[in-house]
Amino acid sequence: MSSEATNSSAGVEADRMAGAEPVPGSGKSDPILVADGVRRSFGGLTAVDVEHLEVQRGTITALIGPNGAGKSTLFNLLTGFDRVDRGTWTFEGVGINGRPGHRVARAGMVRTFQLTKALTRMTVLDNMLLGAQGQVGERMAGAFLRNVWAGQERANTRRALELLERFKLIDKRDEMAGALSGGQRKLLEMARALMTDPSMIMLDEPMAGVNPALVQSLLEHITSLRDEGKTVLFVEHDMDVIMGISDWIVVLAQGRVIAEGRPSDIRSNQQVIDAYLGAQEDDSAEARGSGDD
Amino acid sequence: MDIVSILAESTRSAFGPIAAIYALAAIGLNLHFGYTGLLNFGQVGFMLVGAYGVGISVAVFDLPLPVGFAVGLLCALVLALLLGIPTLRLRADYLAITTIAAAEVIRLVYRAGFAEPLTGGVYGLQNLADGFRVLNPFDGGERYGVGALSYNGNHMWVLVVTWGLVALMCGLVWMLMHSPWGRVIKGIREDEDAVRSLGKNVFAYKMQILVLGGLIGALAGCMLAVYQASIQPDQFKPQVTFFLWVILLLGGAGRVFGPVLGAMAFWFLMNFTDGLLRGMGSMGWFPFLQGPDYGAIQLAFVGVLLVVLIVFRPQGLIGDRKEMLINVK
Repeated sequence: MSSEATNSSAGVEADRMAGAEPVPGSGKSDPILVADGVRRSFGGLTAVDVEHLEVQRGTITALIGPNGAGKSTLFNLLTGFDRVDRGTWTFEGVGINGRPGHRVARAGMVRTFQLTKALTRMTVLDNMLLGAQGQVGERMAGAFLRNVWAGQERANTRRALELLERFKLIDKRDEMAGALSGGQRKLLEMARALMTDPSMIMLDEPMAGVNPALVQSLLEHITSLRDEGKTVLFVEHDMDVIMGISDWIVVLAQGRVIAEGRPSDIRSNQQVIDAYLGAQEDDSAEARGSGDD
Repeated sequence: MDIVSILAESTRSAFGPIAAIYALAAIGLNLHFGYTGLLNFGQVGFMLVGAYGVGISVAVFDLPLPVGFAVGLLCALVLALLLGIPTLRLRADYLAITTIAAAEVIRLVYRAGFAEPLTGGVYGLQNLADGFRVLNPFDGGERYGVGALSYNGNHMWVLVVTWGLVALMCGLVWMLMHSPWGRVIKGIREDEDAVRSLGKNVFAYKMQILVLGGLIGALAGCMLAVYQASIQPDQFKPQVTFFLWVILLLGGAGRVFGPVLGAMAFWFLMNFTDGLLRGMGSMGWFPFLQGPDYGAIQLAFVGVLLVVLIVFRPQGLIGDRKEMLINVK
């Protein structure tokens, strides 16, 4: 990524982060997500051991770290897709630890997956409509009351079409999601997540397996989410991408937060360079090609 | 060998009460597997508890038939909850293992000596259809229908009621699957984590569908008890479940009318191949076959036909080939 892009985002990031200290576990002025003592081990291996982590509202926060650092595990824990050994975390001031995944999503924290989960044998539009919340027709008894849910369905369809328009999938609305390309599936997954009207969106490697031409457009979509006031937390391998769009970067290694800060802080952090960037330069191709931990 | 009469007899069975009963049970299985992707290898267990609900209520406690139906359905509800609560949170294969074992355990318990006062043990229960035949608008001694497609009055009554139930359940399935509820169900079939990430309680949906499909299976069992007027535990062997799977795949999984067409085609094929083999046997073509051998050869023959079908038409009779060909995951 060009240096101007980095600099321009550096210009505004100070404002968004409201002077947060670039040290591990630093406090934020307006945190949307606060995690304390989150720990998860598999057998004897401690995959995640995060003492304190805060995510600032309305920012793009990147979670980076070498393979096996526990990024995806932390993601799964925070979104209720895996169980913690111990630890608590609050989202918008409400404790959500121990809640199952669907209730975390209902609280407004929605996630995507590293291996894109498009519902392949359903149409793109049906994929989108699944994201809508509070549908009467999704209750078993409600399913028979077509008159009751038809109005809601029309409103949801309208919103889904607007989102498809924005993500340039409108022409594909009646096609099976399985017929989309890898990049289009990523877009669909992101649009579908937005359909739930989240306040925070967690993207697990949104660029993995996307052709370079589409990366720019995905980045624009992510930036525009922030500009609408949503909080974005994402895991990514590509350093150019991370440095270019992140307001804040959290570095994990061996399950712990070893550094936090603005892209400029991270770039010059010796610990990070040792743990991650050095390795990244050497086998970036491998890191991009093979998934994650 | 009279090919016309073999064809006529096969057609008769395709519209007969047994085909209707299997269609009903396969509709339940279609909800489980076709729409939700739940691997239920114990649908016969639901049929069994339904049939014995009727049997025990009517033959042992002398209760009216509707009570028997209610008891059968209640047993299916309990069975679905028992199967679902521990396994539906786990991967799909656990449900498959549990259901196949549970269905067989239930059969063995119902035929066991200690259960005999209630279930009649290996001899089963008799005289179950009186409450049903009282309502029969047809004359039990007469035959109804046209030409080869004729049934005696009692069977006609079962046939009308069962196909009526099949039509009703098809309507129910159609309405459910064309609603937002059905969309969530199909989403679960594709990828349950994705659906969970969109705020849907996947476990609750899977439980609902397991119960609903189980109830429909139990209803088929109730009709079987009424049709035969007697039940024995050994007619609920695992092969019934496999017949139901064949019916579902033959007709087209995930289609409203798939199980119906499948059941008709299946029973047509079963009787046609049976008649054909026996006809050829009677003309001395198979000197090496004894009477009981025909059954085994016939099943193998049906198996070969199904293999051919799966190879050349994997989506079943009315499935959507385009949908089939999309690589799942």
